[in-house]
Amino acid sequence: MRIRCSHCGERDNGEFSYLGDATLARPDGMEADAAAMYDYVYLRDNLAGEHRELWYHGAGCRAWLVVTRDTRTHTISDVSPARDVARTRRTGEAA
Amino acid sequence: MTTITLRRSEAGTAAVSPGRNQAFRTATGGLINRQRPLDFSFDGVRHLGFEGDTLASALLANGVRLVGRSFKYHRPRGILSAGSEEPNAIVELRTGARREPNTRATVAELYDGLEAQSQNRWPSLKYDALAVNAFAAPVFAAGFYYKTFMWPAAFWEKFYEPMIRRAAGLGRAANAPDPDTYDKAHAFCDVLVIGGGPAGLSAALAAGRSGARVILVDEDHQLGGRLLSERREIDFRSGADWAQEAVAELESMSEVRILSRTTLFGVYDHGAYGAVERVSDHLAVPSAHAPRQRLWRITAKHAVLAAGAIERPHIFGGNDRPGVMLAGAVRAYLNRFGVLPGRRVAIFTSGDDGWRTVADVAAAGGQVVAVIDSRSSVSPNLRREAEAVGARVIAGGYVSGTKGHLALKAIDVVDTYGSSETIACDCLAMANGWNPIVHLDSHLSRRPVWNEVIQAFVPGALPSGMAAVGASAGRLTLAECLKTGAQAGAEAALALGFAAAARDTLKTDPEGIAHTPLWRVAKPKGKAFVDFQNDVAASDVELAHREGFRAIEHLKRYTTLGMATDQGKTSNLAGLSIMAELTGQAIPSVGTTVFRPPFTPVAIGAFAGHHRGKEFRATRHVPSHAWCEEQGAVFVETGLWLRPAYFPVAGENDWMQTVNREVNTVRSKVGVCDVTTLGKIDIQGRDALALIERACANPFGTLAVGKARYAVLLREDGFVMDDGTIARMSDTHFVMTASTANAAKVMQHLEFCHQWLWPDLDVQMVSISEQWAQYAVAGPHARDTLRDVIDPGFDIGNEAFPFLACADVTVGGGIPARLFRISFSGELAYELAVPAAYGDAAWRAIMQAGSQYGITAYGSEALSVMRIEKGHAAGAEINGQTTARDIGLGGMLAKKKDYVGRLLKERPALTDPDRPILVGFHPVDPAQRLRAGARFLAVGASPSLEADEGYMTSVAYSPSLGHWIGIGLIRRGPKRHGERVRAYDPVRSADIEVEICSPVFVDPKEEKLRV
Repeated sequence: MRIRCSHCGERDNGEFSYLGDATLARPDGMEADAAAMYDYVYLRDNLAGEHRELWYHGAGCRAWLVVTRDTRTHTISDVSPARDVARTRRTGEAA
Repeated sequence: MTTITLRRSEAGTAAVSPGRNQAFRTATGGLINRQRPLDFSFDGVRHLGFEGDTLASALLANGVRLVGRSFKYHRPRGILSAGSEEPNAIVELRTGARREPNTRATVAELYDGLEAQSQNRWPSLKYDALAVNAFAAPVFAAGFYYKTFMWPAAFWEKFYEPMIRRAAGLGRAANAPDPDTYDKAHAFCDVLVIGGGPAGLSAALAAGRSGARVILVDEDHQLGGRLLSERREIDFRSGADWAQEAVAELESMSEVRILSRTTLFGVYDHGAYGAVERVSDHLAVPSAHAPRQRLWRITAKHAVLAAGAIERPHIFGGNDRPGVMLAGAVRAYLNRFGVLPGRRVAIFTSGDDGWRTVADVAAAGGQVVAVIDSRSSVSPNLRREAEAVGARVIAGGYVSGTKGHLALKAIDVVDTYGSSETIACDCLAMANGWNPIVHLDSHLSRRPVWNEVIQAFVPGALPSGMAAVGASAGRLTLAECLKTGAQAGAEAALALGFAAAARDTLKTDPEGIAHTPLWRVAKPKGKAFVDFQNDVAASDVELAHREGFRAIEHLKRYTTLGMATDQGKTSNLAGLSIMAELTGQAIPSVGTTVFRPPFTPVAIGAFAGHHRGKEFRATRHVPSHAWCEEQGAVFVETGLWLRPAYFPVAGENDWMQTVNREVNTVRSKVGVCDVTTLGKIDIQGRDALALIERACANPFGTLAVGKARYAVLLREDGFVMDDGTIARMSDTHFVMTASTANAAKVMQHLEFCHQWLWPDLDVQMVSISEQWAQYAVAGPHARDTLRDVIDPGFDIGNEAFPFLACADVTVGGGIPARLFRISFSGELAYELAVPAAYGDAAWRAIMQAGSQYGITAYGSEALSVMRIEKGHAAGAEINGQTTARDIGLGGMLAKKKDYVGRLLKERPALTDPDRPILVGFHPVDPAQRLRAGARFLAVGASPSLEADEGYMTSVAYSPSLGHWIGIGLIRRGPKRHGERVRAYDPVRSADIEVEICSPVFVDPKEEKLRV
C-alpha cells in the first residue's frame, strides 16, 4: 500500500502505523459518562466499504492522518491531517 | 505453418560435435554456446552441458529422464515443462551451506561445477523403497491425513508426524548458515512491463519510445519468451532475432531499465510490486561484493501484464511418467536448447497448436511416430505435414495410458472407434491448450473470468493503471501479442502525458489456434494425475466429489490440489474441469481459487536482505559506550539499546559480586549510571500544561517552575501505559521522560492527544532522546561530585536545589546542561543532561570528579536492585495488565480533572478490592532465594488455579539487607503485611515460604534522598 501523506507526499505504508476508526469522538470532560467511554474505547463497526481511519506517520513527519480507505479494495480516496479534521469537527459541533 | 531456419549459435567456426555423452544433443541449432561446455553432476554422476542450458535441458541432453520421486507415492518423475511452472523436476541444488531444496531444474541455469541431487527418494532414485506407497495408494487418497491419523491422538507427535515428514518430505534445507548476502532495492517507474516475451517487448518499446520511464522485468536470463522456443517469424526474421533487436533498442533508451533473471512475484496495492532478481544464481559462487539475490520493491504508475500462458497437460493414465512432457516444452528443448527430449516422439493434442511440434521434431532429427488429436476433424494441411514426415495420424482418439517403468517406452492409444493399440515411443508431447497466467492480477483479490473462445480463465476487471496483454490476456497468437502489447504500452505512456510514438506494424507468419480442450480422457489406464507435485489424481477429485467436498475451496483443501510449491500452475483448471463434469456444471459456475504471492517460491534470505544476525535491527549505543567498553563492561540488549549491565573489576568473578559492590558503593559513596536510554520529550507552548494535565493521571497544576514531578500515564482503557518524570523549565516549557521501552509509544500517544483529541491546544513537542545524554549521579557524595562538574556559580546545595528541583545549568565552561534532582535509587541523586555530543566528555568528567569519593559506574543490574529495594514499579509491574492502584499509585490520581483513562479505570473488575496489589516479600528463611514468576498460594493450599493469589514480579538479592527480596502482586496485598504465603515455582522446583511486607525495603522514610 502507498499512502499520500498530507505533508510528505506518497510514501510506503511501512512508514505508517494504523490505529483505527476516525469517526469516533472521545467523550470529553468531567461530565462524560462511563458507558459512552466504553463504547468509544471498545465498540467498532466492521465496515465493508469506505472507512475513515487514523494512521500515524511515525517514520516521517509524525502527523496523525485521517485516511479514507475502501476496505474492500484498499482504494484511498482522501488523506487529511487529523488535526485539521478534528478542528473542523469541533467547529461543526460548536455551530 | 511456415517454418524457417534460425541462425543460431554462430559463435563457432567449425561444426562442433556434441560434448561427450550428450547423446540427445542435436548436431546444430539452439541458443546455446557450444564453445563453452560446462561440467555438472546429478546424483554424483558427472555430465557435460553447454552455456545457455538449464539443468533440465542439460539432463535431457545426456539422456537423464528420471529426476525425482513424487511427493506422496514416490512415483518416478521426469521433466514436464521448460519453465517456472515445473511441478516434477524438483531438485536440491548445490551442497553444504549453499544447498537449496525444491528448486526447479527447468529454470536453474547451468554453470560449471553445478551439483544437483534428486530428492524425496531412499536409498536411491532408481530403487526407492517408499515406492511401495504406490501400492498402498488407496490409503493415501484425498483426505488421508484426516482419516488415517486421527487416532490415537497421542500417536501424532511421536509417530505419525515424524513418519510422514520422512516419507512425504521435500528437499533438505542447508544445515549451516547461508554464506551469501542478499540485497534490497527500491525502484520507481512510469510503466512496469511484466514479462519479456513478444507482448512485453512490444509494450516496453511503445512506452519507451514515448519517453516514459520503463522497467521491464523477465524471469529468464534471455528476453524473448516463447520466441526463443518456437520457430516463428516477425517481419521476415526469426522471432528470436526480432527479440534481440528489440532488446538492443530498449537498452539504448536511457529511461528504460531491463531486469532479467527477475521474477515479479507479487502485486500489491497502489502500484507496489515485489520482484526478486537472481543476481548470482547462474554462478557457482557470487562474485566479490555481489549479492546472491536482490529483492526489488517497485512502484509503478502503470503496469502492463505480459506474463504469458502455461500449457495444460492431458489427464490420462500414467501421464506423470518420465518422457511425458508439455508440447511447448518439447519445442523449447528442440529449438532453444538443441536437445531431443526423445528420439521417437508421439504427440497428443487437442488443438492446432500441438501440431507445430511435428515439424520441429523432424527438423531436429527426431522421428514423429504418431499424432493423436482428440478432435475428430483435423485440417488436411496439418495431416499432410505429419504424414509427410512419416507420422501416423489418429484423429478423434486419445492416449489412455503409458508403459515403461522409469521412463516412457510406449503409449496406449484408443482410436475414435474405441479400439486400442500400443505405440512405442520415448517421448509424448501433450498439447491441451494454454492457460493465461492470471496469478499476478488475482493477487489483489480480483477474480479471473472465463473465456469461451480459448476455454480458459483470463484476467477480469483489473485495477486502474494495469493492463493485461498478449497470452496472459488470452490473446494467444503472436500477432495479437505484438499488437496488444504495443497498444497497451502506448496507451500507458499517453495516459501519463508522454507523446505518442510511431507504431510498428509487424508481419508474422500464419498460425492456427483452433482448439477443443479434452479435460480428461474417457477411460484412463492407471492413475491419471491432475496435480503432479502434490500427487493428486483424477480419482481423488472424484472421491472429494463423492464425499461432498464439491465447492472449489473445499476441493482444494481436501485433496491438496494446487497447494504445492507450484501453486497448481499446471493443475488447477484440470481439477476444476473434472469437478464441473461431475457436478454437471459449466466450469465458470464451479469457480476458481485465486492465487497469492509469491508467484514462484522466494528465498527467505531475500526477504531478510541485510537484516541478519547483528544487523537484524539497528543497535543504539549510549553516549558513555566507548568508556564502558574500555572498562570491560558487560552489556545487555534493551530494545534497540545496548546498555551496560555491570562493570566487573579485577578479582570479581561472579556477576552478583560485581552488582553487590556497585550497589554498596552507591549507597555508601557515589555512583554514576547512564540513563540516556529513557525517552525524553520536550513540550512547549501556551497550552503545554493543559496537554500534560489531560495526558497524565496525576495533577500538575501545582507544579512550580524549577520543579519536577513523577508522572503516570494511563491508556484510555484505564490500565497504566507508562511512567516517568515531568520537569517544568519555564511557564511554557516542560521536559518529560518516558521509560526506555515505551519512549516511542509515549511520543506517539502525546501526538495523538494533541493532534486528534485536543487539536485546539497551542503546544508543540519533539523527541529529544537522541539529543541529550543523561547521567544519574547517586549516593551520599553525589553533590560533592557534581560540584566539580557543574560550572561555578550554580548553587546545587540542599537549600537552593532541594529534592525534585530542576534547572538549566552549564558544565565545562559554558556548555548548556540541565540538572534534575530526581532519584530512582533512593539516594541523594541528580540526573545531569548534556548535549549528546558532550556525552562522553561529561561522563569522564563525572568519573574524574568522583574518584576522590570512590565513585563507581553502575549498570542496569545495580539500578534494578536498587529500584526493587525502593519498591519502584518498572516494566515487570507496568505490564499492560496493571492499574495505577495495582502498583500502589492509587493515592496520587487526580480527582478534579479529566484525563486519559479516568473513567474506565473505575470499571468494577479494576476496582475490585480482591485485586492483586503490589507489596514486598522476603523469605522466611533468609538464606533462601526468591524467584520472579513464582505464584502465591496460601500455606498448605494445594496448587490450583482457584488457589492462585498472584505472583512475584521482580526479585533481587539486596546487599543492603543481606538477603533476597521481592515485589509482587497479591490479592489485598497492603492489608496483609506480616502474613506468610508460599511462593510456588514448579518450573524451577522452588516452593518456599515468604512473608508479605512493605515494598519499600530501604529507607522507608525517604530521608536519604532529601539530605
